[in-house]
Amino acid sequence: MRKYPGLILSFIFVATIIAGFFVYPGTFGLKTRPWRLGLDLVGGSHLIYEIDLTKIPGADQSSVVNGLRDVIERRVNLFGVSEPQVFTAKSGNKTNLIVEIAGITDINQAIRLIGETPLLDFREVVENGSSTTFVTPETPLTGQYITSAQLTFDQTTGAPQVSISFNDEGSKIFENLTEKNVNKPIAIFLDEGLIEAPVVQQKITGGQAVITGRFTVSEARTLVERFNAGALPAPITLINQQTVSPGLGNDSLQKALTAGAIGTLIVMLFMLVYYQFFGVFAAVALIIYSLLTLGLFKLIGVTMTLAGLAGFILTIGMAVDANILIFERVKEETKKGLSRMFAIEEGFKKAWPSIRDSNISTIITAVILYFFTSSFIKGFALTLLIGVLVSMFSAITTTRLLLKVFAKNQPATKN
Amino acid sequence: MARRINIKFNFLNGMNIIGHKKLFLSFSLIITLLSIASIVAFGFHQGIDFKGGTLWQLRIAEGEPNFKEIDGFLKENLKNVGEIRLSYNQSENIFIARFGVASEAEHQEFLKAVLAKYPTANELSFESIGPSVGEKLRKNALVAIGLVLVGISLFIAFAFRKTSRPISSWKYGWVTLLTLFHDIIIPAGLLAYLGYLGKVEIDSNFVVALLVVMGFSVHDTIVIFDRIRENLLHSRGKTDFAEIINTSVNQTIARSINTSLTLILVLLALFFFGPITLKYFVLTLLVGVTTGAYSSIFVASPLLLIWQNLKKPA
Repeated sequence: MRKYPGLILSFIFVATIIAGFFVYPGTFGLKTRPWRLGLDLVGGSHLIYEIDLTKIPGADQSSVVNGLRDVIERRVNLFGVSEPQVFTAKSGNKTNLIVEIAGITDINQAIRLIGETPLLDFREVVENGSSTTFVTPETPLTGQYITSAQLTFDQTTGAPQVSISFNDEGSKIFENLTEKNVNKPIAIFLDEGLIEAPVVQQKITGGQAVITGRFTVSEARTLVERFNAGALPAPITLINQQTVSPGLGNDSLQKALTAGAIGTLIVMLFMLVYYQFFGVFAAVALIIYSLLTLGLFKLIGVTMTLAGLAGFILTIGMAVDANILIFERVKEETKKGLSRMFAIEEGFKKAWPSIRDSNISTIITAVILYFFTSSFIKGFALTLLIGVLVSMFSAITTTRLLLKVFAKNQPATKN
Repeated sequence: MARRINIKFNFLNGMNIIGHKKLFLSFSLIITLLSIASIVAFGFHQGIDFKGGTLWQLRIAEGEPNFKEIDGFLKENLKNVGEIRLSYNQSENIFIARFGVASEAEHQEFLKAVLAKYPTANELSFESIGPSVGEKLRKNALVAIGLVLVGISLFIAFAFRKTSRPISSWKYGWVTLLTLFHDIIIPAGLLAYLGYLGKVEIDSNFVVALLVVMGFSVHDTIVIFDRIRENLLHSRGKTDFAEIINTSVNQTIARSINTSLTLILVLLALFFFGPITLKYFVLTLLVGVTTGAYSSIFVASPLLLIWQNLKKPA
């Protein structure tokens, strides 16, 4: 670096230009790697469901949670939105399911489709004279064993009914259940409501069951669709919802970009007015910093949220700080009578500890924020952290190289 | 060009900050006490992400709706959701309602009622957080504040470990912490007052803003203390401590102001041109960063001197 400042600087310039094209929407960057924008910028829903695992034995809980996630994922995929996120998260002793859907216009419809859960289960029945009680806990046979469902019609009455097929495991449970309950009714519950309680005629093998109920054709069809998407193996409750309309998201994005651009220009103007000759380098370095950092965000696939964008914009105000510390030091060194070249070298050397120390406190803050906050603030912490790190790098390399190449031929002036 | 800069510097060199320390410290003390009074008197209105609840943003532009009308309408129609607090952004016709936890079914009901009365109303966002999530976020926020305080203190103790006499390194640390307290108590007091006016609530964003203020306002203090340390080393005990502090502050004042000013400029741009969702977040930062710049120059260094003078009989 000491030997070929011009070469390295050219390399940084080229990288910056490439980054510029890469981050600017509509150029080649869009096709190779589109920006990943957060829900608060494109509009969408962030939903947190609490999974009720109280009725599931401890050993089965993780498989039920995984099954549940798969089912919800299939349902969410039915909406046809790009990259829906479905994941589970432990929160204390509770397990939450988090669903993120972006760019869907009717989010309320989506929430309804996720939330309306056909929770199917079978229960044994104890008839005692005129009173009928349903045995709790329910039998282990639930909707999670269903492999497929079909809309069929009763051959004699023509009433619509739902035929379901169980998988091997479910078939076995069903077989045992029917064997145990020959000539007794078995109650079929859907979403905690009794559908029917047909009397078992004989042991049923092969895992086929028919729910007759009193469905209309469309009710039966909806039920079939829901079963085919998968029934939920455990009930879920929506405990947290964050929905942002696409209009507001886009509005936030535009305003944040405008504010960021205005902020950058004002900072550049300030540096030019206050530091004049040196200010030119700070302004150029700031542009390089902004484009390289944005390019880095896009390259490593940081999802840009509004908070993340805010974090980045803040770093624009902080990135020039290193330049200010350096220029002030250079001024001092020049006052001592050093030539410009030496003053610059000394300035960098002496300002570095301050730059490092003062950025470390922000890095500490960003790291702690990243690990102790929810997803929206994580975006802020991440962009702040990356921004501060890149700005430290750019302060000691970009500005230094710029000064080395462009300022060294200037005659030393007494400042 | 060189001359203009010189004039600025001569002016700044002449500033007798230590000589007027009583004035600056009294000013800070009054503002700090006012802020504490504001927090004690008004308390913090916790945001929905801490206590659970709903935040609903609607744009109702039709027929020049006024605040009172919408407020009355919502209070009449939104049942079983506790107290409804409404704020209004006039320039954009955005109404922000905050109330208790609402289920998705209730949400749909409310939306239907609003659309029946104001057919062109536009739902901008709906956020409902259960109390259990809020509890966890609040706990995490407190943990984060504690960790940042500890982290920064440890870092300062580390950074100033080689400090020479007459000031021991832990004094730099305590003064920095005291200054940090000053820097966050003032925006906190302001937000408590704004919360009392019903404009704003203390949420995760507020905590994040305070943490960023802490991280940032330490910057300037470190730069000044660094210089005091350096000048102490050069003077080898020959020069008066008060004079060294005053010289150090004056030597670094331009960079202290400028480093904060560039951030303030960006924050002002965000405040005036940025999205309204960020408005109070940016305001908290703005007040905190400005306070931080002031305190590192006019509070931290005088405090260091006073602390030192307390120890030795005059």
